[in-house]
Amino acid sequence: MTLDLILFLVLSLIAIASALGMLLSRNAVYSALYLVLNFVTVAVFYLLLSAPFIAMAQITVYAGAIMVLFLFVIMLLGADALPKSEVLPWQRPLAVVLSVLLGIEAAYLLITKARPVGDILPPADAVNATENLQQLGIALFREYLLPFEVVSILLLVAMVGAIVLTKKEKGVRN
Amino acid sequence: MITDWTLWLEWFVKALVWIFALLGGFAYLTYYERRALARMQTRVGPNRAGPFGLLQPIADAIKLVFKEELSPAKAYKFVFFLAPILTLVPSIVIAAVIPLGRSINLFGREINLYLTNINVGVLYFMSIAAVAVYGIVLAGWSSNSKYAMLGGLRSTAQMISYELSLGISLIPVILLGNSMSMVEIVEKQSGVWFVFLQPVGAVIFWIATLAEVNRAPFDMPEAEQELTAGYHAEYSGMKFALFFMAEYQKMIVICAVMAVFFFGGYLGPGIDQYPLLGPVYMFIKIFILLFAMIWVRATWPRFRYDRLMSFGWKVLVPLSLAIVFITATGILLADETNNQMWMWMIPVVSVIAGLIPVVTIYYTLRRLLYERA
Repeated sequence: MTLDLILFLVLSLIAIASALGMLLSRNAVYSALYLVLNFVTVAVFYLLLSAPFIAMAQITVYAGAIMVLFLFVIMLLGADALPKSEVLPWQRPLAVVLSVLLGIEAAYLLITKARPVGDILPPADAVNATENLQQLGIALFREYLLPFEVVSILLLVAMVGAIVLTKKEKGVRN
Repeated sequence: MITDWTLWLEWFVKALVWIFALLGGFAYLTYYERRALARMQTRVGPNRAGPFGLLQPIADAIKLVFKEELSPAKAYKFVFFLAPILTLVPSIVIAAVIPLGRSINLFGREINLYLTNINVGVLYFMSIAAVAVYGIVLAGWSSNSKYAMLGGLRSTAQMISYELSLGISLIPVILLGNSMSMVEIVEKQSGVWFVFLQPVGAVIFWIATLAEVNRAPFDMPEAEQELTAGYHAEYSGMKFALFFMAEYQKMIVICAVMAVFFFGGYLGPGIDQYPLLGPVYMFIKIFILLFAMIWVRATWPRFRYDRLMSFGWKVLVPLSLAIVFITATGILLADETNNQMWMWMIPVVSVIAGLIPVVTIYYTLRRLLYERA
């Protein structure tokens, strides 16, 4: 247990440091890189919780595909360096208020709902090698079929929307 | 937790063996490629250093190490330094899940001929492949030069597009193997190699991996005539050597993965009696697949960029989705009717589905040719 605790503490330090770095760096590319580091750290958290599938999916989808697209857009638009002055003056106070709210909420939930460690650990058979994946598949396609399909339709709509937005209108050149 | 120090030692030794195999493999793959290309182009190739030019890779290495390191004045120094490392590391880490054989008895303990056998091996491969693009993107950006930037952008777009069909073409393998673990996928092929059950999947995987490792005819990111050298235009000396090394190690690793997924991995005649034959079979299969890669490079001219993109999105992705459907249907039919002959429906229908785009592209190209003439 102690080794797990040490791993957890080091990882959370990295996660917090990379999140701060993402927020504070002036260069958008560095921000994106810090975010990648953050995602990878979260993936290692999942590994600590014996959820290798989610860890790998986290790296493939977030650290891989999505952040590469972010970098692509940043580089393509040449938006590497942020302007020195604030673009939206009301943004900072609003962010402070919201994060204080989130902090209070999280602290309340942590104090009232926190359970002993034994309850949070996954059931023994879920950790087992291949059954982990099969159980995930069965849960997704039997118990949570409707939410799963709804999410997929949501993604499809977003995709079609993006294509419609970028498509040129007929008869209009450029 | 693991306290057995001999286990740590075993892992350490196995990791070292892999790393040195990849380093040596890289050096001699460059020699192999140059000799094979030369033969196909009726040239001689490197034949001066040592017998048959066998010392050529060492001479190249010495040259690269002693070359002057340059970095552009306006480069982002830290990222510029980081990019080659980020490119090289994924090409080595993928090797961790590639099985080279079953297990052998050595010094009175059973030693598995693979580093790990994680239950999400296929996904691990996919996630490392997804992360591998960063090195190239960052190299292009941090050089702060137009050609490098264009090369980086092109490679990002290309790798994202082909990663999709790469991932989908692996789903039939997972379905047929009924597992995501590399070892179990290999063991499932003891009857029939998956390349016979799902030939179209193998072809799609092959094309997509060629695009992933930026090999000809998909070497857009470094198209010499258009971008001087693409993303590594500003690199020299050892940093350039790292990019070079990464490309060739990726070739080796990808061929190993291809062998595992479609060509029965370490399986071959006599493997049950002599487990040490496993690495030998893997080596032979990798060697043949590498030859195919070099052959492709010598044969096909580079794609035009827009055609590359539309080929990826309009042909490979729908086709790979179709073969996922076909494979799943075949397995379901075989299960429901308890008749394994239904499994042979998969390759037949897949090949028919695969021939549709081939024929369509052929006739479209011919029509275009006649219209131009």
